[in-house]
Amino acid sequence: MKKPSLFTRALQRSPWVFHVGTSGCNNCDIEIADCLTPRFDVERFGIRLVGSPRHADVMLISGPVSRACREPLQQAWLEMPRPRAAVLVGVCACSMGSYKDAYSVTGPPDKVLREVDPEAVVVYVPGCPPKPETIVMGVVKLLEALA
Amino acid sequence: MSDIAVWTLFLLVFPGMLFSVALGLCLCWVDRKVTALVQWRKGPPPMQPFWDVVKLLGKEVIAPAQAWLTGFLWLPFVGFAGAVLGAVLVWQALLGLGPQPAGDLIVVLYLLAMPGIAIVLGGSASGNPLAAVGASREMKLMLAYELPFVVALLVAAFQVRTLPDGETTRAATLSLQGIGMLQADHGSVLWRPSGLLAFAVALLCAHAKLGFVPFDVAEADTELAEGALLEYSGAPLAFFKLTNAVQLATLPVLLVLVFWGGPVTTAWGAVWFAAKVLLVVVLFVLIKNTNPRVRIDQALRFFWGPATAAALVALVLAQFGW
Repeated sequence: MKKPSLFTRALQRSPWVFHVGTSGCNNCDIEIADCLTPRFDVERFGIRLVGSPRHADVMLISGPVSRACREPLQQAWLEMPRPRAAVLVGVCACSMGSYKDAYSVTGPPDKVLREVDPEAVVVYVPGCPPKPETIVMGVVKLLEALA
Repeated sequence: MSDIAVWTLFLLVFPGMLFSVALGLCLCWVDRKVTALVQWRKGPPPMQPFWDVVKLLGKEVIAPAQAWLTGFLWLPFVGFAGAVLGAVLVWQALLGLGPQPAGDLIVVLYLLAMPGIAIVLGGSASGNPLAAVGASREMKLMLAYELPFVVALLVAAFQVRTLPDGETTRAATLSLQGIGMLQADHGSVLWRPSGLLAFAVALLCAHAKLGFVPFDVAEADTELAEGALLEYSGAPLAFFKLTNAVQLATLPVLLVLVFWGGPVTTAWGAVWFAAKVLLVVVLFVLIKNTNPRVRIDQALRFFWGPATAAALVALVLAQFGW
């Protein structure tokens, strides 16, 4: 197997995460915040939550995309510098969950993202809500896929 | 010719760019690790700040359509250059390398203001409203802390000492090495009431200069989303991070040199000096982790009110030999 480049190794060791809540029920958002607590401490792996999509490598999306969130989500995605990837947290973000066929939502985030960026790399973390361990595992799988 | 080679080495390797960046990244790790320990976490591995910078250097650079492109892309490097030159002057005085300019304290003060100016101008150049708010706050913060910082440093620059035989000596110097040598002869400034007061003020000003938590109004991740740096990505952002690292390596050294000076030419002296610098850094991190953010008006009121008053009192006390 080819040895990954210095940049890829750096990317695997320092994924900065931007968190977008696309009108979920807030349960997944709480689990995402849990990852930063002393019990899970994702900073051990260099994972940091950042405030601007410009600084981020990974976008953590929770919730189905409501009509109001659709354009902001697409815009935030395009603002992220390449290489970029998305982690869909929770069953609503993965496959709409209980919001399926609801009038107020416009589709799961992966479809919404691929409308503006067909090559978007997406990892799915199902669960209602997924445990923090599962979210960390999702990010790790994503980083393995990047190598 | 060899002169030019020596100076290039001086600026680019030791004690200039490579050295201060390496030291700064190590101290960034100390910052994050101590923060983690305070919060009962494990914290990042030692190489973390290095990987962060390498990753940022490799990422795509995006400039917003409404940005002033030249300024937006060049200002991070201007700030970085200022921080590195400031670091070179401080280390030069500390180690007694090369010629010692008479007024290098003034030059260092100006050079250490460059990163702040770069953030103000860079944030304004990005054309983002949140970044503009961050830039305006950074500007106000600079106006706030520069005054007490200068007054506090003057306490060390104008020293009045009573010798054991009862005679009073006055010494005024604006050279960093001169300040260091005065302390080598007469003991550290820090161990006098005026010096302690001035050190406390200078510590808080340096804290604000580093953008650490009680005074991180300009970055304020929760409301301004990193403020002036909001629109930066890739290499320019990496250079802002490096500038911050170099400042984190320079300001504690400057504070220790000016207020807590001692010889560094002996092995024991060097170890003792490094321990003092580390102690100041840990002090920064502890202040950062035990205080909530102030508002910009509170910061301004604090620096122009109690902080400046304390620095002036220290200056007056110092003139009476305290």
